[in-house]
Amino acid sequence: MTRTFSLICLRNGEAVPVASVPLLPLEQFLQDIIDATDRGWRVASCFGVPTDAGATLWCLMAAPNDGLLGLMRTEAGMAFPSICRLVPQLHLFEREIAEQCGITPEAHPWPKPVRFHHPFMPSRKGRENVVGDSDYYRVGGEEIHEVAVGPVHAGIIEPGHFRFQCHGEEVFSLEIALGYQHRGVEEGFLKGPHPKTLFQMETIAGDTTIGHALAYAMVMEALGGTVPSARAEIIRAIALELERLANHAGDLGALAGDVAYLPTASFCGRIRGDFLNMTAHLCGSRFGRGIVRPGGIGFDVSERQAGEILDRLTAASDDLENAVGLLWDTQSVMARFEGTGKVSQETAREIGLVGPAARACGIDRDVRRDTPFGIYGVSPVTVAVEESGDVFARAHVRWREAEASLHFVAEQLRQLPGGASVKNTATPAPDSVAVALTEGWRGEICHVAITDGTGRFARYKVVDPSFHNWTGLALALRNQQISDFPLCNKSFNLSYCGFDL
Amino acid sequence: MVNAVIHILITLLMPPLLLGVINRTKAIFAGRTGPPLFQAYYDLAKLVRKGSVFSDTTSWVFRAGPVVGLAATLAASLLIPLGEHRPPLSFSGDMILFAYLFGLARFCTTAAALDTGSSFEGMGAAREATFACLAEPALFFSLAVLARLSGSLSLTPMLTGTAATSWLSAGASLLLLVGSLFIVLLAENCRVPFDDPNTHLELTMIHEVMVLDHSGPLFGAILYGAALKLFVLGALFTDIALPYATGIPLVDWVLFVIAMLMLAVGIGMVESVMARLRLPKVPQMLAAACILAAFSLLLVLR
Repeated sequence: MTRTFSLICLRNGEAVPVASVPLLPLEQFLQDIIDATDRGWRVASCFGVPTDAGATLWCLMAAPNDGLLGLMRTEAGMAFPSICRLVPQLHLFEREIAEQCGITPEAHPWPKPVRFHHPFMPSRKGRENVVGDSDYYRVGGEEIHEVAVGPVHAGIIEPGHFRFQCHGEEVFSLEIALGYQHRGVEEGFLKGPHPKTLFQMETIAGDTTIGHALAYAMVMEALGGTVPSARAEIIRAIALELERLANHAGDLGALAGDVAYLPTASFCGRIRGDFLNMTAHLCGSRFGRGIVRPGGIGFDVSERQAGEILDRLTAASDDLENAVGLLWDTQSVMARFEGTGKVSQETAREIGLVGPAARACGIDRDVRRDTPFGIYGVSPVTVAVEESGDVFARAHVRWREAEASLHFVAEQLRQLPGGASVKNTATPAPDSVAVALTEGWRGEICHVAITDGTGRFARYKVVDPSFHNWTGLALALRNQQISDFPLCNKSFNLSYCGFDL
Repeated sequence: MVNAVIHILITLLMPPLLLGVINRTKAIFAGRTGPPLFQAYYDLAKLVRKGSVFSDTTSWVFRAGPVVGLAATLAASLLIPLGEHRPPLSFSGDMILFAYLFGLARFCTTAAALDTGSSFEGMGAAREATFACLAEPALFFSLAVLARLSGSLSLTPMLTGTAATSWLSAGASLLLLVGSLFIVLLAENCRVPFDDPNTHLELTMIHEVMVLDHSGPLFGAILYGAALKLFVLGALFTDIALPYATGIPLVDWVLFVIAMLMLAVGIGMVESVMARLRLPKVPQMLAAACILAAFSLLLVLR
């Protein structure tokens, strides 16, 4: 069957000593990535830690179906051969390594900055960077016109720059340039955990507060050897699902709004608020700040609160079903959704899509089931998969996931076990590496922490699902109508700040 | 004389109210309270008091666009009978002038859009011109039907007096005509399912994207001109679709206002129950409008 590559295999939310991670020669490291992706493995994270000679490259890979994560590393000099022509999903990772470590991926087909910042090592500082100031892919010819959108947009949304190469109304190519929101998140985590680290984690992407905070908590628990109580795990999962529900409801409403279908747009806008308010009922913050804490939860849930949320959940569930049902029953809406912004399953696999965007292309991929964390190991959720890969599929996946989440949350709320809400976490183990994956509402969130000899972070790598999926949006637009871009964009609804870090 | 004054007063004052009624209808369908009925008036008052910003790349064409657009629409409003009342201006062949005053307004708006040199506005102008090409034949087929039925080339006899009797003699034809005109009405006024007046997304807009660079009083003129166009074409539609006459001028004026408000509610309902068409489908829909009107003409010619 599968050749076990030179990876060390570990479970989600596990920490291992750095020394136990195989240190491969560069060629074997790259060859293993190529071979593993050929066999269906996926690159969850690939990053560099700058060293005096160049950088140590780390690669975290996820096995296709047996819940294994593989980790390996290598020492690279000031340059390494780019393999993203063979492994397209590495494309952005290589550019990111080049930018963060100041080393060069040789023969990279499109060596542009990712976020337009200086390398972590001040000595490798290059030219002064202006965000968005770079070459863009161009299609030649008299009949081609270029449309540039952003970074300042007409609505209240985050900044990003989109370059379309159009032939009339048809888009030949879309290139997306981000980095306007770069805040130096990963640099800020160096030498951590600081007292403010937890709060920074909650704001990596404001709409994915629980997802990122949970991944961080798992990393800290792995490094400190703490196991949270079942009660804490369940309440975290409830919070994660409420976050998913709020965002999926909001997305479905926004999709309706983009095709000018008002009823669903208005109703879902309100229902999203209902879910946010349930989260607020748990912790006082609509975005769930303060719920997830390393070692457990920051706010316990009383029986009365649980009952109250159950009641609200039932009401919101009916409302959501009615509002979203209108979408599927209205032919003019379906005419807009179906066939728009198609991504083939093959493409999705090659570029390593995650989350609802991947599941809409027929890829059965969900961290909650594949590499379960927390309570999901014992209480699995149904994974929704659609085949068509278009806007409809991405919308319908969201609805089915919302249904599954509603069911899951109600079930968990009815049987909350007792237990400590939070346990003290020990100081992080020195010279270790911890890996945590969670399934946020956008998809797989991956945190990897490497500690130094004193237990401080020598590197803390965050991969937001948007990092995998922005390429998917660019490809979804190929040969589509430029007027369908907002709809496609909304169907992915990716994070700018989660990408920009 | 009194009728002419009332005509002008209603024409000048009523259009923004139609937008208010449409938006209120949509709000009720969506379970919201919605903006005040007179919001469009407040917006206009706000815009008139504001200053304007002009890009350095624009010329007089950019400034002329809204002015000519509004002037042309106002001129067209003098030609259209409101209900059973004769308009201030009427002469043989005014239907051609009526149609091409809108053509002139469109030409100036698209020219102003192209003048900015913005890729969005160019796209919007291209879309507007393409769709207008298809909406125009539908309008002309419709006018030809009316001309044939009334035996006149002037809008006033075409739309007053005979309309009610025509429904009895050529009902099928008029039904097709009304369908075609309603499609044209929605398309010309950038309503759902052709355009989304509420969207803020430059890439999907048709009409709104052409006026992105306008601001202050000139933008007010554009908004007012758009409302006026809705009013004028709406009047054309209600004149045919709801022919009524009591003979008492005052009652007829009230009936006309009610008919226009009903039309606004109708447009609001259409916008509430359906999504926008994909842009490539818009020409197909307009072609359907042409065909409806052409069949209508066939029926009256036979």
